[in-house]
Amino acid sequence: MLDAIFGQGDRNSLTMDKPHPDSLLDTSVQGVISRPLDRVDGPFKVSGTATYAAEYQIDNLAHGVLVGAKIGHGTVTAIDASAVKAMPGVIDVITDYDTFIRNPQQGGETTAPTQGVKEVGYFGQIVAIVLAESFEVARDAAQRLHIEYDYAAGAYDFDANRDQSETPPASQIPAHYTQGNVDKAMTQAPVTVEATYVTPSQNSAAMEPHASIAVWNDDALTLYGSYQMPTSDAQQLAKSLGISEKKVRIIARYIGGGFGSKLGIAPESVAAAIAAKRLGRPVKAVMARTQVFDATVRRSNTEQRLRLAAGKDGKLTAIGHDSLTSNLPGEDYFEPVGIGTHFLYRGENRSITHDMVPLNLLLSGSMRAPGEAVGMIGLECAMDELAEKLGFDPIDLRKANDIDADPEKDIPFSSRQLSRALQVGAEKFGWDQRNPRPAQRREGEWLIGMGVASAARSNMLQQSSAKVEIHADGSATVSSAMTDIGTGSYTILAQIAGEILGIPVEKIRMSLGDTNDPPAAGSGGSWGATSAGSAVYLACELLRDKLAKAMDVDPGELTLKDGQAIGANRSVPLGELVGQGMEATGEIKPGKMEKAMTQASYGAHFAEVAVNAVTGEVRVRRMLGVFAAGRVLNAKTARSQCLGGMTFGIGAALTEDLIHDQRNGKLVNRDLAEYHVPVNADVPQLEVHFLDERDIYANPIHAKGIGELGISGAAPAVANAVYNACGVRVREFPITCDKLLDGLPAL
Amino acid sequence: MKFNINGKTHDAEVDVRTSLLDLCREHLGLTGSKKGCDHGQCGACTMLVDGRRINSCLTLAVMHEDSEIVTIEGLGQVGDLHPMQDAFVRHDGYQCGYCTPGQICSAVGMLGEVEKGWPSHASADLTAVELSDAEISERMSGNLCRCAAYPNIVDAIREVAGKGDRQPVLEAAREIGA
Amino acid sequence: MKPFAYARAGDADQAVAEALAPQARFIAGGTNLLDLMKLQIETPAKLVDITRLPLGGITPRDEGGVSIGALVPNSDLAADPRIIADYEVLSRALLAGASGQLRNKATTGGNLLQRTRCYYFYDTATPCNKREPGSGCSAIGGVNRILAVLGTSEKCIATHPSDMAVAMRALDATIVTQKPDGDRRRIAIGDFYRLPGDTPQIETVLEPGELITAVELPPKVEGARHLYRKVRDRASYAFALVSVAGVVRMDGDVVASASLAFGGLAPMPWRNPAVEAAIVGKPATDANFAAAADALLADAKGQGSNDFKIPLARRTLIASLRELTGK
Repeated sequence: MLDAIFGQGDRNSLTMDKPHPDSLLDTSVQGVISRPLDRVDGPFKVSGTATYAAEYQIDNLAHGVLVGAKIGHGTVTAIDASAVKAMPGVIDVITDYDTFIRNPQQGGETTAPTQGVKEVGYFGQIVAIVLAESFEVARDAAQRLHIEYDYAAGAYDFDANRDQSETPPASQIPAHYTQGNVDKAMTQAPVTVEATYVTPSQNSAAMEPHASIAVWNDDALTLYGSYQMPTSDAQQLAKSLGISEKKVRIIARYIGGGFGSKLGIAPESVAAAIAAKRLGRPVKAVMARTQVFDATVRRSNTEQRLRLAAGKDGKLTAIGHDSLTSNLPGEDYFEPVGIGTHFLYRGENRSITHDMVPLNLLLSGSMRAPGEAVGMIGLECAMDELAEKLGFDPIDLRKANDIDADPEKDIPFSSRQLSRALQVGAEKFGWDQRNPRPAQRREGEWLIGMGVASAARSNMLQQSSAKVEIHADGSATVSSAMTDIGTGSYTILAQIAGEILGIPVEKIRMSLGDTNDPPAAGSGGSWGATSAGSAVYLACELLRDKLAKAMDVDPGELTLKDGQAIGANRSVPLGELVGQGMEATGEIKPGKMEKAMTQASYGAHFAEVAVNAVTGEVRVRRMLGVFAAGRVLNAKTARSQCLGGMTFGIGAALTEDLIHDQRNGKLVNRDLAEYHVPVNADVPQLEVHFLDERDIYANPIHAKGIGELGISGAAPAVANAVYNACGVRVREFPITCDKLLDGLPAL
Repeated sequence: MKFNINGKTHDAEVDVRTSLLDLCREHLGLTGSKKGCDHGQCGACTMLVDGRRINSCLTLAVMHEDSEIVTIEGLGQVGDLHPMQDAFVRHDGYQCGYCTPGQICSAVGMLGEVEKGWPSHASADLTAVELSDAEISERMSGNLCRCAAYPNIVDAIREVAGKGDRQPVLEAAREIGA
Repeated sequence: MKPFAYARAGDADQAVAEALAPQARFIAGGTNLLDLMKLQIETPAKLVDITRLPLGGITPRDEGGVSIGALVPNSDLAADPRIIADYEVLSRALLAGASGQLRNKATTGGNLLQRTRCYYFYDTATPCNKREPGSGCSAIGGVNRILAVLGTSEKCIATHPSDMAVAMRALDATIVTQKPDGDRRRIAIGDFYRLPGDTPQIETVLEPGELITAVELPPKVEGARHLYRKVRDRASYAFALVSVAGVVRMDGDVVASASLAFGGLAPMPWRNPAVEAAIVGKPATDANFAAAADALLADAKGQGSNDFKIPLARRTLIASLRELTGK
């Protein structure tokens, strides 16, 4: 995808066409890789000096406030701006019916998203921007702006429109996959489970709302934006504006969380760019929180029909995972609900299908661990139900269905420690204390239960590049259009460079989040650390070769440590070897290993919950995760990634529910008071453990994605614990108290 | 109008509608305080006003002409961090960093409340407050963190409060030989 | 937020005089008013800043009980040793509400006047009789999981969101006001709120420009147990689905006195004498508790997604009574 903008030159490129058994990270001696170092950007974040998109101090800035449509489907017939234009301080009201984007773009696309805002496809779709000398004036004017519409009937009700479902084109996975005959296996198996699970739409709810500042310099645009993938975002923005991508620079040094919602461009970017061009002055547009809910992106609701057939030995003979999701008409992204189901368990008969109902609700797209985050709810709760039917311990059932080769493709796994994670977790968690019969343990008003679920998240590598320079003073600079959305990129990339080059991390300057730097895939799909990390690795590998040459030693004889090059009985400061400076660019590309091996990270989630026997309120008391994701690059930030994922799982299991009014497609709980992300009191001290692992098929740093592993399986562990606690199996998420009430003990 | 922020007097001509948060972010270049929701639902804008933690998005600048205002920038700066800021760094009490200034101001204000003996919803006995993890979590629940650094935030605050220092990160590091 | 005139009052007389202006509103903590003004749900032409008024103390009254200044912040009120000792239900209710930051700013008077969190009230693009009289109620037939099952009308099913006010109702608080003409009045909390009926936009008996100056609590009930139990979707920082405020005094096994108020169920902090009558003077038995729940919910009407509040309230009340009676 990035070929077009990857330049040529003196660079170290690697396509992962074969295993990479040796890693410099294992032979280097600086001793910083994997260490739980504090984040290098930490002091800036805690002191308020890290600069997020809306915070650049730019002269003559006009404040833009976006205006959303107040209908769910139809056409804008008129925007009467005369009254608000007369308000003191209002500069202009701008729309561009053709160019404003109607839908945000999906991550990684290099084309413009659906444009044209005269047609309204969903409630809150951004149709105009009001510009004023102050935020207060712009906000007031935006609220008063009079817009006329032609209303059209819309499709807002998932159930009522299910017969309109369509099969979307393949994405990462085919929409439909079948192997053998699940129906037949279901009739023949001694034990089966058939159940339908429903998960609601969700919102990433990153703490920083989407924001852009657009600054034109002649025909070149600089956009300070909150974007996870600046390289492809700049392409999307250029295509949307009809200008050369060389003329678009995106700067995203700090991103206040993304979780998928900032993968592709959102409406504020194009609106700010067009307004800035028309006004001839810089424009800032920050989405209000309600607009983030209304008009960015949601994770689709899902309906998942699970069918499991097993022998009395617990071994699965069939897995059916048929899902129905929703998206806007004309959009073909589907939540890949069954992505983990493809490779997690045995079973010769398989049906994994995805169909989609077109609805006039905001775009559905990627949110943390698209696919696994919700798909594992269906699969892992069904496994829990199967274990109970079989009289199996849920861990034994999973172990019985662990496999050493991909069940569909006849290829091996690159690395897989599922059973070990379950085993280690069981011991650490005290799983033997669990009573397999539900509703048996009570402490006062609280019913206590334990649950388990497997964790699995497919691993990806994306084309990425990075430049590393060693300066004459012995310090170094790492630069890449990679981003740090809270994942720790700044820190782990400095650790990789520091480890290989033998330079203390504090002497490495990091430049990320700027499309003027070498292109990279950015942050998404848990590929960021491994993709950009491999690029940094490759740049350092080349620098190491150059340093060896300068030392006149074989690279294998060179040791780099604490700023010194050591070899042939000499120890020379790096600064002396590099002259005016030495630089190299590294570039990684996915290759044959992607298809030759099924690559994923694995783990196990354990949860202990308390269900209030009176009210049905659920509180997570303990949660523990064991994860194997290849090399851990920084034990501190990796652990934090897992904490975040597990907490997302708590939210998905218990509280998060993006509710649309089926009468008109309006989102009703579009603020942070009523869309319930977990608060501190919802989250106990979570325990995270890692299994040591190297994945030589994944990339030269032998790491796999971790940011999404922590969520994949977390919610079903909580849900299974709720069942174990109170004996009520809720299949419609989230598990709020109202859904448990009927099954609770009589008072 | 004159405002006393971080011990300095700032002059600014603001709209009567300008929130204390927007005064700092849009007029004074003090962008450390964050706008996450603008409606008192996330806590990212938390400042210390006359020693109390409040949501600066839900108060008007014009009502604070004679208040003593402390923002994250006033607590400490790079190279001279406040102990709470330093603890957040060491315990990884953040990820994306956007809620962080609000979390830290809130934590500092919260410990002041505990010092005064103020109880919380988590206090079994409202007259004898003991700062447990559950107390910290409850008292910090007005600060959302979507990255969900909550356990680390609790660790950081507990350490600053002198109530013990867990090191779960070191255990995780040991497991992988780091 | 629309532009408004801003006036700072130095005392109550000046405040009520300033508030005589058309569409004037008092502002103190502002945590609810500014929230609503940003969305243009509230559009006052003038704000009268009363934060400088000397309405801050909590003082004992000669006739017993305490007087709480209207400007006492929620957090200070919750932490006050006298309140904790004599009116624990009030401290508990306050601490169950909002967040530390909001409690630091929100005032006693303002908390009483909090407006509903109904989704549709908050969305100016939908009809709402409370926000725009006569436009219709979107919640009826819509998403109403968080809305009321008691005291509703065909015009409005909004709930009152305050926790504090529920405790105040159980404590038989009196609201002290000053009118623009200088008259003061004392309004029993039971008379303070109005049910929606045909005019859901009118929520209290306050007249234009009338300023709450204090809230008085009667002498404490000696030997009573206090409880505030709140059921909500998150462990903290969420509005009540159902809440129970109770003050119960036992005489042996018999309930000597009880006052019970409810949140999350109705357009106002709810109290129904029949609930208390079902248990007072009687032994603390589950049968009597069930009768109390029957009395509470006899007229309850669910609207679909809030139907669960009826069994939830029943269960929560019974469990609360067990705790309050030590059963």
